[in-house]
Amino acid sequence: MNVLRYLGRRLVFTVFLLIGVTMMVYIISYMVPSDPVVANLSARNLNNEEMVQAYREKWGLDQPVYKQYFTYLNNLLHGDMGTSLRTERAVMEDLKLYFPATLELSIFGILFAVFFGMLFGIISAIKRNKWVDQILRGVSVLGVSVPVFWMALLLLFVFYLKLGIFPGPGRLSASLTPPVHKTGLYTVDALLMGDIKVFADAFKHLCLPGICMGLFTMGLISRTSRSSLLEVLSLDYIRTARAKGLRERDVIIKHALGNSLISVLTVIGLGFGNLLGGMVLVESVFAWPGIGQYAYKAAQNLDFPAIVGVSLLIALNYVVINIVVDLLYCVLDPRVRYM
Amino acid sequence: MKNKKSFLKNNTVFQALRTNTLLTIGVVICAIWLFVIIFADYLAPYDPLLQDLSLRLQPPCREHLFGTDSLGRDILSRVLAGSRISIGAGLQCVIISAVAGMLIGGISGYIGGIFDDVVMRIGELFSSFPTIILAMVIASAMGPSLFNTLLTMCIVWWPNYARVMRAMVIQVKSNEYVEASRCLGASRMRIFIREILPNSISSVIVLTTVDFGNAILLFASLSYLGLGSPPPAPEWGAMVSNGAEQFYYWWVATFPGLAILSVSLGANFIGDGIRDYLDPKLRKTIS
Repeated sequence: MNVLRYLGRRLVFTVFLLIGVTMMVYIISYMVPSDPVVANLSARNLNNEEMVQAYREKWGLDQPVYKQYFTYLNNLLHGDMGTSLRTERAVMEDLKLYFPATLELSIFGILFAVFFGMLFGIISAIKRNKWVDQILRGVSVLGVSVPVFWMALLLLFVFYLKLGIFPGPGRLSASLTPPVHKTGLYTVDALLMGDIKVFADAFKHLCLPGICMGLFTMGLISRTSRSSLLEVLSLDYIRTARAKGLRERDVIIKHALGNSLISVLTVIGLGFGNLLGGMVLVESVFAWPGIGQYAYKAAQNLDFPAIVGVSLLIALNYVVINIVVDLLYCVLDPRVRYM
Repeated sequence: MKNKKSFLKNNTVFQALRTNTLLTIGVVICAIWLFVIIFADYLAPYDPLLQDLSLRLQPPCREHLFGTDSLGRDILSRVLAGSRISIGAGLQCVIISAVAGMLIGGISGYIGGIFDDVVMRIGELFSSFPTIILAMVIASAMGPSLFNTLLTMCIVWWPNYARVMRAMVIQVKSNEYVEASRCLGASRMRIFIREILPNSISSVIVLTTVDFGNAILLFASLSYLGLGSPPPAPEWGAMVSNGAEQFYYWWVATFPGLAILSVSLGANFIGDGIRDYLDPKLRKTIS
């Protein structure tokens, strides 16, 4: 019951947050001295007064901003996010088209980050201050320090151009046809069709950009899991466990790990936020047809409906992930109760 | 002589430097870059803006240690000169947002009530908005310039500091010495400036060092996307972006990227070291 009430409160807050995000984009669109008309019409059409007028009317740009905003909110409640000025398609359609690619990449990135981050963190904590620890700590600091776009270029240069182990940019090799659209995730769709060849190719294409996306989060997770495991290991109940003669492996796996997971979980939630930030960069280097590229082009063209759409989607994702993380606390730590 | 020795032995900062190799490496890296920033004009072997198309895309050699870019400019000179813009931008972003966040968060925590609620919600809104997208929108609206990019970075960056400062102020203002000062008839302004600010500032300063690396990275990312100073200026992120267009000539992107990496690495080592040093839980287990 308490959990339900907690969820309710969080969801109400989410609604306010989303309204805030839409409002912010509209405020920016009002404050900026430039004009979407200039960004979207060709020079010849710009000189044509009638064309400009027609364009403004078509997109409602002749209305005052607050009116535009309320029209937008009203449409949003009916599931209509407006039409992109650039692609001239419904923003909802665009997002549906581009989101799966980003989702697939993000999932790969976060799995990579969680697996290696936890692994490095645990090894580091066990071998504390030994050379293994020093190296792994160095690697994780490297992960949070490396510029993503540069790493992406470097990986492409070494593994694609020089060694040829991994394929180049894009989601699938040109010689293969994409699997039938069911979930939009190429790897999953290919498995559903039972096409191993397409699956393997799509998976290989995921590797390099996925690693780039996950590096930063991996560094965060590895540092957090190291320090939280060390903290737990210094507690009294661990001494008790050791004193009763448990093997070190059992002490760590059965007693220490569970309790140190809690702070790691927060970082995973935060990590998703970073992932979304890195997305624009990684997708632009790997020519990945996802939300990041879409957002980049939308921003360049001052395509405000699309910008609001993307921002809403990202903010929503962020909130949902954090709610899930908070609920997972409950599962991991029975002492946590949401009043 | 004896005094000096015991000073080195007892000073905890030196102790921290001695026991924490990574911290020492961080300090050395940052010191080197500080040196480069100050003496960039003397260190650079060529004019960073000098173009020579007959020397375009030369691989690293004795005359051009880092090679030349697509306009025949010496990359080493550009990396050295770029340190001023790229590191400077990170520093400015962190300092401006720390000061702004400190004041906003401090006042908000001190006054409390509805004002506090509203300010903190606004902060949350700013930080939940995807930074890069916000920056791209502002930059493409107002035209890419160093000032606009810095402005955007500060807009999304201050809430972090405000949150930390607010928490500290709330903690500090319940102390007895604040109460005593009030009883002596000090004005709210005086209490805020003389009692509360100095006692809650330390955690913000720690956050600033920890954050500096991230600010450098964010600025580099934005300038990679073309949102920094306009082209001829040497700027690391923009130089990597230039290298991405010359994909086969690896040195064009590699060296400016390494420069970014080294600075943010150094900043992170220092930030980590300071955090470890200040965290009493970890310190206990070290000794």
